[in-house]
Amino acid sequence: MIKNISNLGDAAVYCDFGPEVNKEINLKVISYFNHLNKLIKDNKVQGIINLTPSYNKLIINFDLAETNFNKIKTILENINIVESKNKISKKVRIPVCCDIEFALDLEELSKRLKISTKQILDFVFSKSYYCYMTGFIAGMPFLGDIDEKIRADRLSTPRVKVPKGSIGITEQFCNIYTFESPGGWNIVGNTPVQIFNKINLDNPTLINPGDEVTFYEITKEEYMDWND
Amino acid sequence: MTDTFFEIIRPGINTTIQDRGRNHLYHMGITISGAMDQKIFKLSNALVNNDLNQGAIEFAYQGPLLKLKNGNINFSITGDVHFNIIRKNSKVEEGKVFENYLLEENEQIDVISTKNSVFGYLAVEGGFNIEKAWNSYSINTKAKVGPNNGEKFSLEQKIYIRYSEVKKFSKKKIDYQKVQIKNIRVIKGTNFNYFSEEAKNKFFSEVYSVSNLSDRMGMRLEGPTLENIVNTNIKSEGSAKGVIQVPANGQPIILLPDHGTIGGYPKIAVVISADLDSVAQLPPGSKIKFSEVELDEAENIFRTYESEIKQYINKIL
Repeated sequence: MIKNISNLGDAAVYCDFGPEVNKEINLKVISYFNHLNKLIKDNKVQGIINLTPSYNKLIINFDLAETNFNKIKTILENINIVESKNKISKKVRIPVCCDIEFALDLEELSKRLKISTKQILDFVFSKSYYCYMTGFIAGMPFLGDIDEKIRADRLSTPRVKVPKGSIGITEQFCNIYTFESPGGWNIVGNTPVQIFNKINLDNPTLINPGDEVTFYEITKEEYMDWND
Repeated sequence: MTDTFFEIIRPGINTTIQDRGRNHLYHMGITISGAMDQKIFKLSNALVNNDLNQGAIEFAYQGPLLKLKNGNINFSITGDVHFNIIRKNSKVEEGKVFENYLLEENEQIDVISTKNSVFGYLAVEGGFNIEKAWNSYSINTKAKVGPNNGEKFSLEQKIYIRYSEVKKFSKKKIDYQKVQIKNIRVIKGTNFNYFSEEAKNKFFSEVYSVSNLSDRMGMRLEGPTLENIVNTNIKSEGSAKGVIQVPANGQPIILLPDHGTIGGYPKIAVVISADLDSVAQLPPGSKIKFSEVELDEAENIFRTYESEIKQYINKIL
């Protein structure tokens, strides 16, 4: 299933699953990730220190003091991945407030795409999204695919600070800023829900790769009262 | 729990606690962090009989001024560091790096500055009484992850110390040979062929300078612009310490331990593991060049790097 295995420096393996970005390829990435994660937990492989699944790649970071590229490559070449069909991905519903105070780029996006702000939001709320990966900042879920009619480039000048909880869209994807962070995605709303919670040490991320996410709209009053 | 602690009289510019780093969390977006210079971090612990991965205080440029309360300790400082020990009678003793010292109640350690480098380490025998987060002491101030709520240490805070007294003090030293890197060894990156022939040649022949926009996340370099002939973005994917990415402006950035776990810029090259410590120590304005090595060479160089650390430690005992 891996199209090409190469080395990323002397302490990481770069697994390429093909050039496309779609759910089918991403599910293969995630099945390798889950398999390797289990091997690590069961102490069946030595030296792997991190795994990063993304749309169509899996990067395996290892401790060069304990193993090396060729050893990990051999392990990968001999793995038999059984894609379990009954693996239930979690369904998550996320409340979003699209008041003008939070939807920082909605009006501008409406002008750029030449469709009304209401139509943009109707598209956002009408679909369920697949979580391809989490990362960049802690717990940030990369979701897709959004309707073709609302796909747009990133902001030409990224924001220095995107508020925590912001829902951003660009290209075929949307995401949730789990922390205040720099970023260039088009912001269409904000959620009061804590997506990443470090108090929950074993499972700090509300949304994980493979999960299905839907958004529903809440009023500003509901947003303000959410965490009371 | 003991009541022995450092009172922070001056926090310094970027004073945190670090260890080997935090593993198995990249897939959630939590990066590795850890000491920027792993070699001298380990040696600071070795000098005070600690496990090599015990959490140590990391400081940059101007370090902290710390006053010891309720106990006595065995400590060491490593790095290219200018520091004083202010004894009880107000006598100022000039500190020597890569040695250990006995510090008594109400005495102070004044870490004045790092010299031609960036980071230094202060280790205390037994370590600090600080709770780990995800099995690591490392503080990541950008993501607010780690002990002390992921914040650097600030004025008047207390840093609790695990042992309240030194049972048996014996003087230890390392004859450390400072490494100053001018030539950074790299392996070609996964997007090396995104760059024009001219850019590839420039990358391996011209001088780059370390900009002052450098921190624990990354080191921005300034030099000849590297022309991308394929695409200035890639589909976002994972990363690693030492990856050299080139955004649309053509100026390379070396990713350091607090780097984002996912990124969308092409990777022109990756610094070999054995050179990461010395890269982290390059102050702004440093001039560097890149040279290419193959994977098996990089692995050999790493074995030499590891045996060098072992030799330093063996010579102490």
